[in-house]
Amino acid sequence: MSSSIPFTHNKYYSWCRNNLFSSWINGIITILSIYFIYEVSSFFLNWTIFEADFVNNFRGEKITDRTFCSKNIEPGQHGACWAIIIVRFHQFIYGFYPVEEAWRVNLVYGLLPFALVGIFFDNLPFRKYFIYFTFLFPFIGYFLLYGGAGLDVVGTSKWGGLLVTLFLGVTGILLAFPLSIILALGRRSKMPVIKTICVIFIEFIRGVPLITLLFTANVMLPLFLPEGVRPDNLLRALVAVTLFQSAYMAEAIRGGLQAIPKGQLEAAQSLGLTYWQSTRKIILPQALKISIPPIVNTCIGLFKDTSLVLIIGLFDLLGVGRAAVADIDWAKLHYEVYVFISLVFFIFCFGMSRYSLYLEKKLKTDNS
Amino acid sequence: MTEQVIQLEKVNKWYDDFHVLKDIDLSVDKGQKIVICGPSGSGKSTMIRCINRLEAHQEGKIVVHGTELTNDLKNIDLIRKNVGMVFQQFNLFPHLSVLDNISLAPIWVKKMPKKEAEEIAMSYLEKVKIPEQAEKFPGQLSGGQQQRVAIARSLAMNPDIMLFDEPTSALDPEMIKEVLDVMIQLAEEGMTMLVVTHEMGFAKTVADQMIFMDEGRIVEQAKPDEFFNNPKSDRTKLFLSQILNH
Repeated sequence: MSSSIPFTHNKYYSWCRNNLFSSWINGIITILSIYFIYEVSSFFLNWTIFEADFVNNFRGEKITDRTFCSKNIEPGQHGACWAIIIVRFHQFIYGFYPVEEAWRVNLVYGLLPFALVGIFFDNLPFRKYFIYFTFLFPFIGYFLLYGGAGLDVVGTSKWGGLLVTLFLGVTGILLAFPLSIILALGRRSKMPVIKTICVIFIEFIRGVPLITLLFTANVMLPLFLPEGVRPDNLLRALVAVTLFQSAYMAEAIRGGLQAIPKGQLEAAQSLGLTYWQSTRKIILPQALKISIPPIVNTCIGLFKDTSLVLIIGLFDLLGVGRAAVADIDWAKLHYEVYVFISLVFFIFCFGMSRYSLYLEKKLKTDNS
Repeated sequence: MTEQVIQLEKVNKWYDDFHVLKDIDLSVDKGQKIVICGPSGSGKSTMIRCINRLEAHQEGKIVVHGTELTNDLKNIDLIRKNVGMVFQQFNLFPHLSVLDNISLAPIWVKKMPKKEAEEIAMSYLEKVKIPEQAEKFPGQLSGGQQQRVAIARSLAMNPDIMLFDEPTSALDPEMIKEVLDVMIQLAEEGMTMLVVTHEMGFAKTVADQMIFMDEGRIVEQAKPDEFFNNPKSDRTKLFLSQILNH
């Protein structure tokens, strides 16, 4: 029967006609745009995939340093030389973590999803056990990564690459979350002392760039601690990142708290619920739901900002990338390294963004 | 011998320098139904909100069930468990299903097992005649249904006093009756009720006492017969003529 439908009723045809070619000027813009997209994407795809080197160059030789890259042998005729990523893959993912111990990091990466699903999806079967695991995970993870009790100790100075980025990003966000809820509630407290402390903390942290906080944590934290206690660099960075994130997240959550009508608290109180019961069962679930977009926004921001730790001597993903570019054997392969790093960051940030959309949809209970 | 359940003595309240309640004296007996009316800003909502301490008074004394309302949180919690309140804007919890809205307080305040609390919730939903809505969320119900859920939610705590703060003012006209019917039924069962409303038909049906408030004072307090047929103050006459003859 479909053949009897007149051509003009074809939905693709009419969609194109209405959206792309509704007037001659729009038609020209459409054609120019298509041409532009074609040029850019064909250049990019050729460079990244079709004309690129992965393990071997165009002569079939295994690439072991930059002189074997096709584009260095025949300048101007070949695309990216991904061998730098492949050869240094271990460093990008684990930093200077000993190769024979890398299984421990892999195990942690492998367990991480199991620790997170319990928090992320509430309709999971056996969710209770996943949540137990979530609380155990920091200890398991730390034991596996750092070692001790039978495992060789791998000092945090050997950690690097994606491991450091994920460690700072995930741990920082997870630690900052409860802290930020307390700060946000404290800032709205009727008790002047608590309120003042929270306001000063939030405003101070927000008023200072993360780099400054990292320097402060790195240089000044030891001054406040008893002599002989020297927390390692990574821990200092984690403290700075957590405090920074908690201040921003607290403001996002405060926005959500302010959007809850006063009647909600009054209704809860008139039923006899205490302040903490009302907050936990009535106010926070609604406020956090409203705050999801700004919270995720700050999480994405923080995840990317962790790359600033390279200035205090930690080698996160970007730090390892810069080291790779500086390596004389692989010099001048900036594009490959930075494109790869961007891609890794993009995958994680895009994932967070999609998850927040899923969460918003799921929590939507009204008709509006 | 009637038992006094609420006493207000010389209650005064200010919002900054605005004097909202002026020397309010009121005593409510067990089982009494009192309807409070008056122009907006007259302090009627504030007065009943003081009875469960959603608002604090600054002078005078409020005693509920022999417990005086002070800043002592223990007393406040004790009183709130026995005093239910229904709001103009329903104030249902939008993130919880109707059943969860009702069973929440029995579970958390009375520490009741979930199953028992849900059975009680269902029984009150049947009482307000919408058991079929139990699994829905408040946003999916009409205004009248929401307000009936709100009444069921209060009743589930088994209070012996119910405060109604303009329960039908936010409703479309065709939904007012279904809410008033529930309230009339409640009155017939002997609940002590303080109702702020302009539904004079309802007032004539259930009220034992009518109160007219203006500018923070109780201007007139009388039995409904006398209140409607022979009001003493000119202010009351004017108000009644305005709301009865519109």
